[in-house]
Amino acid sequence: MPPKQVKSKTAASVDRKRSKRGDGDDLTEMGDGTEQDDWMQAKTLVKPEDQLELSEAELKEEFTRILTANNPHAPQNIVRYSFKERQYKQTSSVDQLAVHFALDGNLLHKDSEEAKKQFNRMGLAETKEAEPAEGAEPSAAAAEESGGEGVPEGGAAEGGDEDAALAPATKAGGKEKKLTNQFNFSERASQTYNNPFRDRATVTEPPPRASFSSNVTQWEIYDAYQEDFEKQEKSKEKKVIPGRKEEEKSKKKFQISETSSDDITRVETAAKIVERMVNQNTYDDIAQDFKYWEDVSDEFRDSEGTLLPLWKFSFEKAKKLAITSVCWNPKYRDLVAVSCGSYDFMKQGSGLIILWTMKNPSFPECFFETDSGVMCLDVHPQHPHWICAGFYDGSVAIFSAVDKRDGAIHRCTAKNGKHTDPVWQVRWQKDDADNNMNFYSISSDGRICLWTILKNEMVYQDVIHLSLPDISAEGPDGIKVATTGCGTAFDFHKQKDYLFLVGTEEGKVHICSKAYTSHFIDTIDAHNMAVCWNRFHPKIFITCSADWTVKIWEMKDTMDKSEGADETRKPLFSFDLNNSVGDVAWAPYSSTVFAAVTSDGKAFVYDLNANKYEPLCEQMVAQKKKTKLTHVEFNPTYPIVVIGDDRGNVTSLKLSPNLRKMKAEKKGAPPVDEATKVQREIEKLEKILSMVRNQPTEATA
Amino acid sequence: MAEVTEDKKVDADSKRVHTYPLIRHSDMNDEMKTEAMELCVTACEKFASNNENAAKMIKDTMDKKFGASWHAVVGEGYGFEITHEVKNLLYMFFGGNMAIILWKCS
Repeated sequence: MPPKQVKSKTAASVDRKRSKRGDGDDLTEMGDGTEQDDWMQAKTLVKPEDQLELSEAELKEEFTRILTANNPHAPQNIVRYSFKERQYKQTSSVDQLAVHFALDGNLLHKDSEEAKKQFNRMGLAETKEAEPAEGAEPSAAAAEESGGEGVPEGGAAEGGDEDAALAPATKAGGKEKKLTNQFNFSERASQTYNNPFRDRATVTEPPPRASFSSNVTQWEIYDAYQEDFEKQEKSKEKKVIPGRKEEEKSKKKFQISETSSDDITRVETAAKIVERMVNQNTYDDIAQDFKYWEDVSDEFRDSEGTLLPLWKFSFEKAKKLAITSVCWNPKYRDLVAVSCGSYDFMKQGSGLIILWTMKNPSFPECFFETDSGVMCLDVHPQHPHWICAGFYDGSVAIFSAVDKRDGAIHRCTAKNGKHTDPVWQVRWQKDDADNNMNFYSISSDGRICLWTILKNEMVYQDVIHLSLPDISAEGPDGIKVATTGCGTAFDFHKQKDYLFLVGTEEGKVHICSKAYTSHFIDTIDAHNMAVCWNRFHPKIFITCSADWTVKIWEMKDTMDKSEGADETRKPLFSFDLNNSVGDVAWAPYSSTVFAAVTSDGKAFVYDLNANKYEPLCEQMVAQKKKTKLTHVEFNPTYPIVVIGDDRGNVTSLKLSPNLRKMKAEKKGAPPVDEATKVQREIEKLEKILSMVRNQPTEATA
Repeated sequence: MAEVTEDKKVDADSKRVHTYPLIRHSDMNDEMKTEAMELCVTACEKFASNNENAAKMIKDTMDKKFGASWHAVVGEGYGFEITHEVKNLLYMFFGGNMAIILWKCS
């Protein structure tokens, strides 16, 4: 085979030669060919069989070869159809580009999308490093520029700033370049001030709870339904009737809403409460005393007691007036009605009726001004807002505490049976048969009148004429002219309300009955001034007078008129108080206790059970000397007495325990009811009286 | 006992008026009261045979509406003594023989 190989090789080289001459473009590697030619020329020239036989001259002929840059493969005549000219046209120029070699690289232009994405990825990685070194650098752009200029002045600081500035810049936009200065990179850290922590805890009040219990049974359910059914039936009936009433109510509401447009009235109740609160706070210690204080020293002093002064009620307008009457309100135990006038004949001015409450000692609850001095006052037991009053000028009037008109509701006139002399006492009676209220009045003109309040007016009726049958002035012809006595006080029997006592100026006490108009049942020669029945005992009454004495009497059972009205009887007890006695009152809780007040400002409390001759308590009550005490009243429920004086002051005092001794119950005994208590009181008094009756001579004090 | 209940049932039948809901005691405010009452009526009518489910429904609905912990007892004969939050108690009769007590106490 080797000769064939040689052949092929030489053939190849000859081919190459020939091609070199002919198609010069195809050959790129001339170097190899020439080397081979030189090497091959050492051997004999071998002619291939199909070689052209050319003559010498033809062989020396020079052929011009032009090398152009044209792409030999590019077609020279591209014909395209031109729609515009509607014919085939030859394209003038043909693309001569020939791609010899193409290699896809992985270089990207830095502004291209892909590059930017790459930058972003790279940038994020770098910013994470720069974060801890971040400082507060607002002007990122300026820093960038300064950094970009390439001259970091100030060294590390700026570099750090740049970094910090750039870091937020990249964060913010994410598209800006990150020019991390690698040389002056420094971390910057800062700690803001953290507010200190504080624990706060609170406990809320849990919602209020209540217990509830019941039993569920079939019959209970049934009963409930039955009840409801009945109620429904009733309400159906009632619906017809209340139609009218509701209209009235709505009318009333209308009126009320109109009147309350005045601002003050709306605040009224609130103001009142606040006033009372303030008073309570101011007089707090007194209030505490009133409620709780008991004089401990009473344990040591058996037969003595004290009166602890509590509130003192004084009113500006009443300062010149004397307290003429005091009356506790039967319903509201802290309300006391006080009348002010003047006892002095010469000085007669205006009068006042004041309602004080213990809850507010600084200002009266309510007051009425009158043109004439008010001499007496009484509060109706059933209708506690009705107050009847008697005046110095002889008239009587009725006031209503509820209906705060400026004046009286009713007032009698001269035609209407007004007394001609001052009215000294008024007393309410039980409502009569027609349910009209009525009251009695007594005055110096010797008449005891019954006043009835009909719908809109007062009607009077003379009950008794106080005449003095014995001492009758002898007229010129010897005709007996009955002179009228002057009644100064009267009181009704607690149980038998047709019986009443009358005290007169002449010094006699008459026992009268409503039935008899001119005759008395009995007369006692006593002194004048106040008269008051004993609360418990049906036959004992007490009187006091300006003759310095207080006397206790008994009413005899057998009324023998024939024995005469002027049979002098001796009182059971008689007490001398060293000064004219203004008023006397029995205690409501005990049948043997009573209090008296004198003109020298002293108050006396006696307990017949404890000491028959001497007072348990003798105490100076008035503030200034020369103040006469004019009236005293016990409070029905609280252990308090109220004393009025002639300066317009009302003082309240608390009775110490010794003064309020009631009969002690035996231990283990069942609780006592009212009737038994009354009985016991009566028995207690009876005991004392029995002793006295047997020895009447010893009774004088 | 059975005879008595039978009599009552007869009575209930004859007087159909007694099946309306009747509030025996309540200290809820009015809107809560009406809502609770209607809910009880609905529950009892829906679960007339199963008191437990009725009570369950009442209790769940009240919990959702008025919060925290409600308790409901539905039955015909029982006695109870409970402590309830003030203004969250309803005790009513329904259907002539059913008594429902509903109270809140967390």
